[in-house]
Parts: sequence; C-alpha cells; structure tokens
Amino acid sequence: MRFDDEPVPGYPLPILPGHSSPGRFERVLRAGGFAVTTELAPPDSADPEDVYRRARVFDGYVDAINATDGSGANCHMSSLAVCSLLTRIGYAPIMQISCRDKNRIAIQGDILGGAAMGVCNMLCLTGDGVQAGDHPQAKPVFDLDCVSLLDIARNLRDEHRFQSGRKISFAPRVFFGAAENPSAVPHEWRAQRLAKKVAAGAQFIQTQYCYDLPLLRGFMDEVEALGLFGKVFILSGVGPLRSAKTAEWMRKHVPGMHIPDATIERLKGANDQAREGINICIELIQAIREIRGISGVHIMAYRQEESVAQIVEQSRVLQGRSPWYPERGASQFSHRNAS
Amino acid sequence: MRHARGLNSFYRGFEALLTRMAGLFRVLGYERFEGPVAGVEKVVKGLLFDCRMCGQCVLSSTGMACPMNCPKTLRNGPCGGVRDNGNCEVKPDMKCVWVEAYRGSQRIPGGVEAMTQVQFAVDQRLQGRSSWLKVVREKTEAAGAASKGARP
Repeated sequence: MRFDDEPVPGYPLPILPGHSSPGRFERVLRAGGFAVTTELAPPDSADPEDVYRRARVFDGYVDAINATDGSGANCHMSSLAVCSLLTRIGYAPIMQISCRDKNRIAIQGDILGGAAMGVCNMLCLTGDGVQAGDHPQAKPVFDLDCVSLLDIARNLRDEHRFQSGRKISFAPRVFFGAAENPSAVPHEWRAQRLAKKVAAGAQFIQTQYCYDLPLLRGFMDEVEALGLFGKVFILSGVGPLRSAKTAEWMRKHVPGMHIPDATIERLKGANDQAREGINICIELIQAIREIRGISGVHIMAYRQEESVAQIVEQSRVLQGRSPWYPERGASQFSHRNAS
Repeated sequence: MRHARGLNSFYRGFEALLTRMAGLFRVLGYERFEGPVAGVEKVVKGLLFDCRMCGQCVLSSTGMACPMNCPKTLRNGPCGGVRDNGNCEVKPDMKCVWVEAYRGSQRIPGGVEAMTQVQFAVDQRLQGRSSWLKVVREKTEAAGAASKGARP
C-alpha cells in the first residue's frame, strides 16, 4: 500500500481523522488491507547493526515488525531500544510491553519515551513467568496485568493523564494492541477475554500460533457474537514448523502452544520436513484469509526469519501489494526530489 | 470451585453483618479495627479461598477463586499459557486459578457477567489491609452521601 503523502524516512505520516497514530500499520488496517506483521528477536548484543540486519530480511514483505520484550523471560536488547533504532530509518515497529519486568512507573515512562522516538504501535502483554527463561532467580514484577496496562495506556493517550491523575503536556499518539490465544483453555471464555481487552483499550489483536482452524473459526464466531467485528483488528498468529520433532518439543515446552496431531503426522510423513512446515504455514494463511473478521496474519518464524519472505510471496497474502521499507522509501523520495 | 455458590452466599451474609456494624466502626474509628478485622479476615479467607490479602477483594467477580494466587497475579482472566489439562503454565502441578474461576462463576448467579468487568490496576498500598472494612466504609459513606444529597 503506497500512500501519496509518504514522508522522509524517519518522519511520521500525518494523522488521518479517526486514527490514533501517525503510523503505516494503522493506515493499512483502516484502509481495509490484509496486514502482515512479523517478529524480530532482539539481539544479545549492543550493536545497532545487529538490529538492522535482522530487520532487513523482512524488507518489502511486512507492514510492521514486532520487537519482543524479553520473550520467554530471556534477557535481550530492550524492545524500546530496538524500536527506537528501527524508527530512525522509517520502519514501523510494534513495541511489545510486558508487565513482568517493570512496574507502572517504568512502563508509563517507556510509553512516552517510545512515542517520542516515533513508535506508533505498542502491544500490551502480561508476559511469560520468569521461571520460563534464563533468569529464573529474578523477581517477577507483575504490578499490572495486560488489561490494567491497556487501561493506563489509553488514559495516557486519550485523557492525557498518568495513572496517578497527573497531567502530561503532549499525549503519546499510539495504536494500542494486545494478544490472545484462541487455542488455550478455557476455550469458551477466550472471546470474552478479548472483549475485555477491547473494552480496556485494545485496537488490534495479534494471536498466538493458530494451527487448529476449526478452533480458530469457533473463536471468531464467538467474537462476532459479542459484537466485536469492526471494533478491533484481529491478526492471526502463524509460523513455519521446522520439523515434527521441533513441533513436538514446542507443543510440550512453549506455553499455550497447541498443535493438532494431524499436523505433526503430516510433518513426519514428509521427505523434506522444513519445506512441509512452510507449506503448512502457507496453506494456513490462505485458509485464514477467508475467515470473516480477520484483518491480517502475524508470522512468527523464530530462528528461521528468512522463511518469512518465502511464505509471504508463495501465499500471495499481499495480493501484489509491496509494503514500505527504507530502500523503497529512499528511491521514491529521490524520485520525488528529481521531478 | 465446586462450592462457589455456597461460599458466595455465606460471604454475602457476612458482608451484610459487617455493614450493620458500620456505626460502631465509625464511632470508634476504622483504624482501631483495622488490625483485628484484618487478622480475622486473613484467617477466614485464607482457609476458604487461600486469600493473599491484596486488600481490594474481587472474589465475587472471579468465581470465588482468589486471582492473587495466579503466579502472574492476573486479575482479568487467564493468560495464554494455560496447559491443555487446565493447569498453570508457571506451576505445572497447580490448577489454573482462572480455569477454577470460570467454573466457579457459572455456579454463582450473575457470576459470568461479573467476570467480564475490567479490573483496574491494584493499589499496592492496600496489601495486608482488610477488604471487608474498606467495603463497609465505602458502602456506608456512599449511602450517607446519597441520603445527604437527597435532602432538600
């Protein structure tokens, strides 16, 4: 989706009426595009080039890049720093905020700081328990949970106030989102939980991996029954499974991961399991695109990020659209200067 | 939470009793009762609900399962990590507090609707203080304000 008011890379777009942020991601969704997002695993390094290298593999294939916040309770470069680096050259990052490591004082400061650095999208999460990560001896904070965080974030933006009630002089112009896992029990309450997040301020949702289509369809039916269509943009989580063994390991060890037996059997039966994993992902995307109420896919390909380009291309999910990336912006900008 | 309904009625009765004692609390000063009432509350709710004394009880909105037992102290519903057997992501041997809460809420009249209310950020200063006194004080003060407001 090419916008005719495309700015100099690193500068925000003008905010359209009815939009919360000056970001591309919100624009694509509100224009009715089927959005594609992905996840960047922040490096265990202080080198900015490590961040840019990881972002470049997605150039031209995604509308926004999530920067995880200590995902799986493992220590990495902060999501705020990754996002700040990305916005410098015009990328559209989604800053993940977890409640595990920071209290409300730190989190509200990060929301203001991130917005000041040009971050237009933030995803409010509770976060994995510290037990899951590389520092199980750390103190879990959980001063807030994702819903109370959303409420505080929205008040910062819309009421121009900290949770304490103190006024801020310039509000963060941010599109706020949250996560949901349609595959986790109690299934019958998952749509309700999503409704709660929407009531607290979530404008978009990125789900956990969905390998079970009937489960996802059932979930979306309930979302519709609750009258949430049109109130929130839902992006379904997908990702390639590298092998049957990886799938079994993930199912056992990754919290909230639900992979049907049939999927694992299919991987087992394939000669090239990695290729089959990508095929499964492509087929899922094509099926998900047909589900009413779903506005995009969130492709998580941890340690196989290079496969995202292939998945996007072969699934034709973008339908000929070419999302902005720094090089494209630069060539367009120089073109505009020349003319 | 098989006994959610019974516990809920017992609990409501108890709350009504305390509300009737509001006059006494007010005359003698709420602070004077804080210690003893919090002590009783801790024992009673500890036994019944494994209460963590957050000081801002939401049991009636959580199917009578104390959400502060969740390792992430989630007050708005289950996280996405609940295991397929309904157990906790962090403590694999523990039943997810919110799976219990969901079951409990179905046994209490209005329980399912109550679960849909957004619970705002907790006030960490109230940790260890009595929720009962807080409720009684808020209720009677609200009633007082309303009756004052109704006067011509």
